[in-house]
Amino acid sequence: MTPGTSSFTDFLSQSAPHLLPGARGGLPGPVTEVAHGTTIVAVTFPGGVIMAGDRRATQGHMIAQRDVEKVHHADDFSCVGYAGTAGVGAELIRLFQVELEHYEKIEGATLSLDAKANRLAAMVKGNLPMALQGLAVVPLFAGYDPDMDAGRIFSYDIAAAKSEERTYESIGSGSVFAKGSLKKRFRADLTQADAARIAVEALYDAADDDSATGGPDTIRRLYPIVAAVTSDGYRRYGDDEVEPVVTAIIADRSTSAGG
Amino acid sequence: MTMPFGYASPEQQVRDKSEYARKGIARGRSVVVITYADGILFVAENPSATLHKISEIYDRIAFAAVGKYNEFENLRTAGIRLMDSRGYMYDRRDVTSRALANAYAQTLGAIFTESVKPYEVEIVVAEVGRSSDDDQIYRLTFDGSIADERGFVAIGGASDQVTTSLKEHHRDGQPLAEALRVAVQALTVSVPPGLPQNGERVLTEANLEVGMLDRTRARRQFRRIAGTALAELLAQTATAS
Repeated sequence: MTPGTSSFTDFLSQSAPHLLPGARGGLPGPVTEVAHGTTIVAVTFPGGVIMAGDRRATQGHMIAQRDVEKVHHADDFSCVGYAGTAGVGAELIRLFQVELEHYEKIEGATLSLDAKANRLAAMVKGNLPMALQGLAVVPLFAGYDPDMDAGRIFSYDIAAAKSEERTYESIGSGSVFAKGSLKKRFRADLTQADAARIAVEALYDAADDDSATGGPDTIRRLYPIVAAVTSDGYRRYGDDEVEPVVTAIIADRSTSAGG
Repeated sequence: MTMPFGYASPEQQVRDKSEYARKGIARGRSVVVITYADGILFVAENPSATLHKISEIYDRIAFAAVGKYNEFENLRTAGIRLMDSRGYMYDRRDVTSRALANAYAQTLGAIFTESVKPYEVEIVVAEVGRSSDDDQIYRLTFDGSIADERGFVAIGGASDQVTTSLKEHHRDGQPLAEALRVAVQALTVSVPPGLPQNGERVLTEANLEVGMLDRTRARRQFRRIAGTALAELLAQTATAS
């Protein structure tokens, strides 16, 4: 019996393999001068999860883009962000979004959160040859699990080793500083607003010490992307909601620079 | 020239296949696709809550079918694959119902001509536009014929009777509850063979499958209404009438 697959990736690998990420074959040598995305953080709170990402893309020592969006809607109950090569990351996320939607339409049911995380792991693994040539990308995946009534976070390395975090996680060049910041501020009883605040504050700390992570740009009014996933589904914060959070952090830091 | 044993002329073959497919489709219950102020409503008489006749295809596109389940399910899956591939290759905005209707027409036409048994299905592909003037509804039959419909269309068993009722009561720009009332009324008029012909059939949330393309929604505009939400909407239609 060959009823056909519910996976868009598997379907594409049969019908149009040239459209899959990583299908261009080997490159002659390491590639360095391409845009990179930097820091993403995710923080759980009772009943959901917040993901936030800075807006900077770098190319070597240059700032390639100030308003890049690295946190995306994956489906109605999950979100995904990436750090690493921007072109590869954007393509990975686009395929992942179609993969989830495709399954949902064909099967008339959504995948479990674990299954979504596993599909993403398979896609990261597919990128391993490119990663070894310098085009590495790692995603951060977070979503609401209705079976547990909780937010869950999944992170990956370039070889697609998946690990789950139930508290907070960060990826990218500024992740060391972001995690240090979250370590001091995370509590198990955060509200959604608290979680959004400490996520943005972790990005602020990352931008403070990592040149590749962009801080809030108050002159151009470019603020981190913040998204929340709860039992009500995915919701991206508007700039008008992020702005007061950023303003409050800057005001607090101005009076107490230690932060 | 002597004819080979068992020869049938092309005309005869087409006639036989058409008759066969029509008979198969006539056995099934009807599906109504009807426009309302904010989109397109799909209403099917379907006692099963899981074996759907109505389905989302893409952001603004949905599908309804009658006939043999395995055959239209095959077409539905192929449609989702085709549209998802196009959206991935180009952009979400470049996915159109016309492309899908053309693909279905070609597939059904080829199956009708080349295989011994034609598909016993009838399909509607609909796309909701930014305004009701841009709404598109295509009706496809078992032989690959395609028709562009305005306002409403009925497919399946007693589609002629259902269409007559729809023609009488459909009003452009009607609100959702009224569109549902018109659709349910039309479906009640037709009594599928095998059911008591006394005209006392009541269609409720238990034997109706309802979906809609709602142009006020963001991105994926298809939505199913079932269970209590459908019961409430049906209660509204009762007071509206």
